[in-house]
Amino acid sequence: MKNLDSQLGWAFAGVLGLLAFSSLIGLALKAVIRKPEAQGTISNLNARIGAWWIMSAIFALTLVIGPIGSLVLFGLMSFLALREYVTLLPTRRADHRTLFWAFFIFTPLQYFLIGIQWYGMFAILIPVFAFLFVPARLAITGDTEAFLERASTIQWGLMICVYCLSYTPALLMLQIPGYGRPAKLMLYLVLVDQLSDVMQYVWGKMLGRHKIAPVVSPNKTWEGFVGGVLSATAIGTALWWMTPFTPAVAAAVSLAITLMGFAGGLTMSAIKRDRGVKDYGTLIKGHGGILDRMDSMCFAAPVFFHIVRYFYVR
Amino acid sequence: MRAHPLARIIAGAARLISGVNVRWVDSEPDARQTVYFANHTSHLDFVVLWSSLPAEIRAQTRPVAAQDYWEKGLRRAIAVNVFRAVLVARRASGAEVPLASGNPQEAIEHMLDAMGNDNSLILFPEGTRGTGDEVAAFKSGLYYLCQQRPGLRLVPGYLNNLNRILPKGEFLPVPFISRLTFGPALALAPDEPKVAFLTRAREALCRLRSI
Repeated sequence: MKNLDSQLGWAFAGVLGLLAFSSLIGLALKAVIRKPEAQGTISNLNARIGAWWIMSAIFALTLVIGPIGSLVLFGLMSFLALREYVTLLPTRRADHRTLFWAFFIFTPLQYFLIGIQWYGMFAILIPVFAFLFVPARLAITGDTEAFLERASTIQWGLMICVYCLSYTPALLMLQIPGYGRPAKLMLYLVLVDQLSDVMQYVWGKMLGRHKIAPVVSPNKTWEGFVGGVLSATAIGTALWWMTPFTPAVAAAVSLAITLMGFAGGLTMSAIKRDRGVKDYGTLIKGHGGILDRMDSMCFAAPVFFHIVRYFYVR
Repeated sequence: MRAHPLARIIAGAARLISGVNVRWVDSEPDARQTVYFANHTSHLDFVVLWSSLPAEIRAQTRPVAAQDYWEKGLRRAIAVNVFRAVLVARRASGAEVPLASGNPQEAIEHMLDAMGNDNSLILFPEGTRGTGDEVAAFKSGLYYLCQQRPGLRLVPGYLNNLNRILPKGEFLPVPFISRLTFGPALALAPDEPKVAFLTRAREALCRLRSI
């Protein structure tokens, strides 16, 4: 249990309490509300809560195992997210081997670089090397039809699903003077980001009236956005003790996480609408695919990482 | 009867790579003797279809494969010994003479023998792998098979995205998520002409593509 310190323990206890509380609410809603038109929402809510128990258990387990656990978990999530993403987008026969590189070379390599703590290469593998490799490999095939679209589709998928998401376990590389295990920092990011999604959903369901971008995401409302961002920022501020931040800085950082998360959700929704689907996948019951759950993380993690690295790492 | 242990391992791996999402639309698994017919774009097709059937149906379901391709070496070992494939001679497209020895009648009888009274078959009536854009016209085998076995149950299964996972000519897979949609059973009507029946069967399959 060397990877578990008391602050991490408190955070876990808090999550456990929150899950138990949510399950009780879910059961109560199911028992009390009889309106047939609300049944769909309530059963979806309960499916979501059920999935949260499983996701939290898996995340906690990998966190306790240590860096290897987190790397394997996030590496797998990148792989599955990239899979959902490319399945949804048009690719051509000639893209086959380039895609093979994306899945089986670049994705594992990115996480391997975090594992060996090679920050310099981790930061440029995909934005520099994969970025240049992908169009060159496609050009070799000789198929020029929609060339730039095909190249950018693959580059973009690697950036979002692999590069951006890998910033979450990359937090484990950071050595912050006077701060304990960086695992707490990773948990903090995940908590604030995911609770922001949850709170936006909850506020949206309770008070949501005015849609922000009805075409892109019919469920996103101003009420949900403001309520979600404020409550998640409040939670993030209240959790300052598990970070290297002062409460005021924790508030600013939480705000940045929630705003980036919102931008991520909206952007990834725009792709879904363009392709005419509701969800990226079906892997997580009630939530959709990995990418539906991690869309906000893809945007929040890199920004959070660089804020911390710039201001707190010598 | 139980499936070969290696068959189960290969089927598990195929399911993992293909991430196949199986749906039965206006249709459900049935242990009665059936010919499952599907569009053909990848070597993974029959393994994915086979592994998507419930275990008790799977154990008595045999794929039909082209003799000229699957007859030798490791291919044969996998097809025949592991999956109990029924190897039949196929015709070159348009040619009236089969590629390998034997005649169409022999191929049909071979399939009927393999079915016996309780085995089901997996058949790709296009006869060869396509690119995934269009389902090619069906070969006549399906018709003759039904003619010999009046009332034979046919179930269409449309495979999406297998051509993206392992297209013709590639040996390394890319893990797209695939989908298999089974549709309602059909059968040859008495006195139904060959062309009308084959068109109807093909349409029943194509209809599953985007539902």
